[in-house]
Amino acid sequence: MSISRDEIKHIAKLARIELSDTELGKFQADLNKVLGYVEILKTVDTTGVAPLATVTGLENVFREDVAADSGLQKAIIDNAPVKSGRFIKVKKIL
Amino acid sequence: MDYAFATIRELRQALDDKEVSSVELAKFFLARIKKYNPELNAFITITEDEALAQAGDADQAIARGEVGLLTGIPYAAKDLFSTRGIATTAASRILENFLPVYDATTIAKLKEQRAVLLGKTNLDQFAHGSSTETSCYGPSKNPWDSARMPGGSSGGSTAAVAAGLAPFALATETGGSIRQPASLCGISGWKPTYGRTSRFGVIAMTSSTDSIGTVARSAHDLAITAEVLSGHDPKDATTGNVPVMDYSAQLSAGLKGFKIGVPKEYFVEGIEEDVEKRVREAIAVAKDLGAEIVDVDLPLTGFGSLVYAIVTPSEVSSNLSRYDGIRYGHVTAEAKDLFEIYTKSRREGFGDEAKRRIMTGTYALSAGYRDAYYLKAQKVRRLLVQEFEQVFKKVDILLCPSSPNVAIKLGSAADNPLFGYIADQLNIPGALAGLAALSVPCGFGRPKDGEAVELPVGLQIIGPQWGEQKVFQVGHAYQQATDWHKQKPAGFQN
Repeated sequence: MSISRDEIKHIAKLARIELSDTELGKFQADLNKVLGYVEILKTVDTTGVAPLATVTGLENVFREDVAADSGLQKAIIDNAPVKSGRFIKVKKIL
Repeated sequence: MDYAFATIRELRQALDDKEVSSVELAKFFLARIKKYNPELNAFITITEDEALAQAGDADQAIARGEVGLLTGIPYAAKDLFSTRGIATTAASRILENFLPVYDATTIAKLKEQRAVLLGKTNLDQFAHGSSTETSCYGPSKNPWDSARMPGGSSGGSTAAVAAGLAPFALATETGGSIRQPASLCGISGWKPTYGRTSRFGVIAMTSSTDSIGTVARSAHDLAITAEVLSGHDPKDATTGNVPVMDYSAQLSAGLKGFKIGVPKEYFVEGIEEDVEKRVREAIAVAKDLGAEIVDVDLPLTGFGSLVYAIVTPSEVSSNLSRYDGIRYGHVTAEAKDLFEIYTKSRREGFGDEAKRRIMTGTYALSAGYRDAYYLKAQKVRRLLVQEFEQVFKKVDILLCPSSPNVAIKLGSAADNPLFGYIADQLNIPGALAGLAALSVPCGFGRPKDGEAVELPVGLQIIGPQWGEQKVFQVGHAYQQATDWHKQKPAGFQN
């Protein structure tokens, strides 16, 4: 199976990346190459095998949800490219 | 003493004997970095002021008798580790002006030891690659031949250590990024058991395999760094509550009674003749040292890279969704609405390889394809894990090549979307299973391109999960019997 140009456009939109026409063509070819490469995975019989989620064997690692003051509020806001006072500024959402 | 190529152990002794001060060592390595970095491009940022201040503190601590394993020892860190107030770029444009507000746990542990950070090393952008060629600061060069790649993604760290610009360096591995460049640069590298060291504060790539390790001049030195860096971290829930041993104190067990497996699938089609010869010679050394050598089968080995080609981009696409142009990092000047802030900032900020992985992963996780790609890959991954579990019931350790080839020419990987999956095919299966492993130098070989150069070959030592002590013991025993790890590239002597 191969990925169409419209599908590539849709994936780029889901991934929130603007791509030029040249890039759309390039990534269409690259993705088809990668998917062709992994096709052979289908030959492995995985009947009754559960997908792996972690290799650690750990599950449900809980901790108390305790608030602590990092003292980093100003430094974190300073890292935002567009800000106003103690707020990060964004374009309107609605 | 030749400090440039001295081990951590030797530098520790020199500092403790007051033969040299930490400030003098820092100045010595900073001068070498300034002299050789223009040629090697191993460092993105040199932290001279911080290094001299940290070294001054270390000297005072040593004078007071407060000496840890790494007090006063200089080191470099891959530019993927968050360093508070020091630029951390991931070799990307999207983070070019980013100043972390906290230290990675591993950086904090080295600060506690009063180790001395010399600078931040080059890497493939976001660690996506096996050559450092996807770095937006240009590739690093291999100190053994500057026309060749150092390997990657931790190629800046391995080039720096190989050229005597730092005694050890922090590095990360997701599927080969420590073992492969350590092999190509002729130094020793430790890829820890997944969860042995904290990932907190290290810029995420593939969260289910990202492992935080080191590169250095010997297995003994790696064991020292492992003692300092290992352990549970409340800030990384995947770190295990497994006791940290005095790895460097228990290295002398020797190889008698060790059962070593040699997996035939790791001598792949296309492996270079000299690489196979050197690795077989190394296995013979292990036999002479008293180990029992047996052939083992790992028939799913060839499927590792295929699983990785799905799992890695999937997790990358998820991890890189945090770069939104709003909270930190590069923002576009062209957006007319919120959607365009995302799409244009990401367009301008990510390189080709990051975009390719984000696109591949988004596709593999998207509605209608998740079962066919992502879940199928994770099922095969479970079978791979089980295959290793079975083999480690029969043997203590596996010996095989770290890479099927010696260093190749810069530019020869250009724009091949499958390059990394092939370059790292001997490292990926163990990474997907979260195993402990080392690469140690085991001699030299001619490249396939026929050029008359002798380039380093790496021996890979793979152990079970939490098998750190075993891989260090085997690496150390091998290095007691050979001196390949003491060889240094020409041209970096003074």
